Amino acid sequence: MAVETAPAPVVEKKKEPLFSKKNIRTLRDPLDDNNPITVQVLGICSALAVTVQVKPALIMALGVIFVASFSNLIISLLRHSIPTRVRIIVQLIVIATLVTIVDQVLKAYMFDVSKKLSVFVGLIITNCIVMGRLEAFALGNKPWPSFLDGIGNGLGYGLILVVVAVFRELFGSGTLLGYQVVPQWAYDMGYVNNGLMMLPPAALFIIGLYIWAQRSWNKKLVNVS
Amino acid sequence: MEHLLNLLIKAIFVENVIFAFFLGMCSFLAVSKKIKTAFGLGLAVIFVMLLTTPLNYLILTFLLKEGALAWIHPALAKVDLTFLAFILFISTIAGAVQVVEMVVEKFTPALYNSLGIFLPLITVNCSILGTSLFMQEREYNLVETAVFSLGSGIGFFLAIVLLAAVRERLRYANVPAPLQGLGLAMIITGLMGMAFLSFSGIQL
Repeated sequence: MAVETAPAPVVEKKKEPLFSKKNIRTLRDPLDDNNPITVQVLGICSALAVTVQVKPALIMALGVIFVASFSNLIISLLRHSIPTRVRIIVQLIVIATLVTIVDQVLKAYMFDVSKKLSVFVGLIITNCIVMGRLEAFALGNKPWPSFLDGIGNGLGYGLILVVVAVFRELFGSGTLLGYQVVPQWAYDMGYVNNGLMMLPPAALFIIGLYIWAQRSWNKKLVNVS
Repeated sequence: MEHLLNLLIKAIFVENVIFAFFLGMCSFLAVSKKIKTAFGLGLAVIFVMLLTTPLNYLILTFLLKEGALAWIHPALAKVDLTFLAFILFISTIAGAVQVVEMVVEKFTPALYNSLGIFLPLITVNCSILGTSLFMQEREYNLVETAVFSLGSGIGFFLAIVLLAAVRERLRYANVPAPLQGLGLAMIITGLMGMAFLSFSGIQL
């Protein structure tokens, strides 16, 4: 990895500082104004199934940040030598290689989480965020901004994942990251965990409501799609 | 026979790719504005799924699994290449989609015109790769794999046509502006998912 990251800053230094305003915007936009899930409608596929608890959601977000940023970087470095006609296959191979790395690392060091994520690690390959950013950004931009764009979009994806997971774990099992949050006396007084939160539809409701809230607050996003 | 029928019903209703696993949500939400296009995409998904999942099964069994290479040379019996599964699966899918596209264009131009735009989209449809990965994780045999992929395809088809029908009606409803479009589609999918949850009570 070190070999690949090294050239990026050198290219950029000639023209603009590493964290110029434009680069900061590339990094920050995907968090709200251009969020990959709620605005660009990308990558919902594998996002929702891993949000029953916060821990798998965090690991999944880290995996996507890693894959998105490095695939953006690699494709951006190669962008002048990839023939347009076969670019999809090239992109898929780069992404699949990175995902294989993530999968093997998870299996080696965090086997229980890897079991919980089951097929969804592999599905990062077809996660539209990664492909979408490669097509929309990395193919036409320099390595360093592309790398930042990958990190930004990974973070934007992770933000939604963690928000949904916090709601589902807190109301579904009364815990956060495995620690008991809802006190015992609440249960004694008749509080019951909401079983619906553990089921798949809850994730869709939370995301739907999140989109509603975000668009009421950020008026320019209304009528985006 | 009964076992296979159960597997089919389970893949269509109980473990619907959309409502239980959220696979293929991107195209599910993007292409469900009209029934006609949803119908086309659904058919294309069934077709590609039925083609690629058994193909991936063969690759997995005869090339990747531990001991699978023994037919070339006994010394290779200990080689375990399953870590290459992701790359080979996605290449198979991308390749198969390309071939299907060319064959359909050549022999049935009418079908190509109705499916045309959706075929390339299917490569990155999570439900296709997801079905292959589930096949690997659950260790189905060839017949089970074929039945499972057919069921998953029909499940996707059913879900996308249903959502398109609901969304066509909703176009005339008076919904708060920030909720229109994506937000509402998510909530409807959630409600439909709850309806599909009732199938999980069926004893199979």
